Amino acid sequence: MLLANLELYLFFIFGGVAVIAAFGVVFNKNVVHSTLFLLLDMVMLAGLYVLLNAEYIAVIQILVYAGAIVVLILFVIMFLGAELGERIPTWLTIRNVIVVFLAAVFLTVTGTAVFEWLGVGQAIHGNITPELIAQNGSVEMVGAAIFTDYILPFEFASVILLVGIVGVITLGGWRKVQHRKDSE
Amino acid sequence: MVHTSYYLLLAAMLFAIGAGGVLLRKNALIIMMCVEIMMNAVNLTLVAFSRQLGSLTGQVFVFMIMVVAAVEVAIGLAILVELYRQIKSVNIDDFSSLKG
Repeated sequence: MLLANLELYLFFIFGGVAVIAAFGVVFNKNVVHSTLFLLLDMVMLAGLYVLLNAEYIAVIQILVYAGAIVVLILFVIMFLGAELGERIPTWLTIRNVIVVFLAAVFLTVTGTAVFEWLGVGQAIHGNITPELIAQNGSVEMVGAAIFTDYILPFEFASVILLVGIVGVITLGGWRKVQHRKDSE
Repeated sequence: MVHTSYYLLLAAMLFAIGAGGVLLRKNALIIMMCVEIMMNAVNLTLVAFSRQLGSLTGQVFVFMIMVVAAVEVAIGLAILVELYRQIKSVNIDDFSSLKG
């Protein structure tokens, strides 16, 4: 009985912790604590990806988000100084109440739409089953899809990364360093 | 097998929390983190539909979104560091030099 519902229990554990961690990111004065809550959120989502038979995406999630993005944000926080928390006298202002109300309305509308319209996609069911993924491996199947059907978007991803590298180097003051070297 | 609508509701909740955080907070770093939460919610939706529809296209899309997210964070943080050098603040209310 316990093992039969294990997937459901794991879903509620991962999902509940993810929602709590997301609230922790938003409602935290200390930015470092917010970043660590973000890390928790990413790890929980990786667990959800494993439950969804997307092991490759789960590993990439840990590598890219937990390994690179959170560390980068933490590095910048430490670099700029840790005393960055804003002082807010109270959370219960009219503006905050309106924001929470709008978020709740958005959530209700989205949830209703999800439950009313979920049957639409049944007719165009593909042929990738969890058994097929377990037999061939998640990395192999996603890799084959990337390198056959989606090779052009994959190349564009490398161009985006190149643009990012050039942009960061330019913003980081590469010219200033060059000027300093020339004047010496 | 957990029904796909549970995953979609969870993703909608995470997206709403992220959107609320973007509207509520004044710290630019926290706003970037909330944008990351929203992107993750969309990723969860894509993977859930990838299983629901029996297609790997959703997972390939998640891969592309992660590339864009990594670049976005790198450039955003570089802009933030440069702004902090000149304004000495990360509060978005202080970033008003483009105001006419």
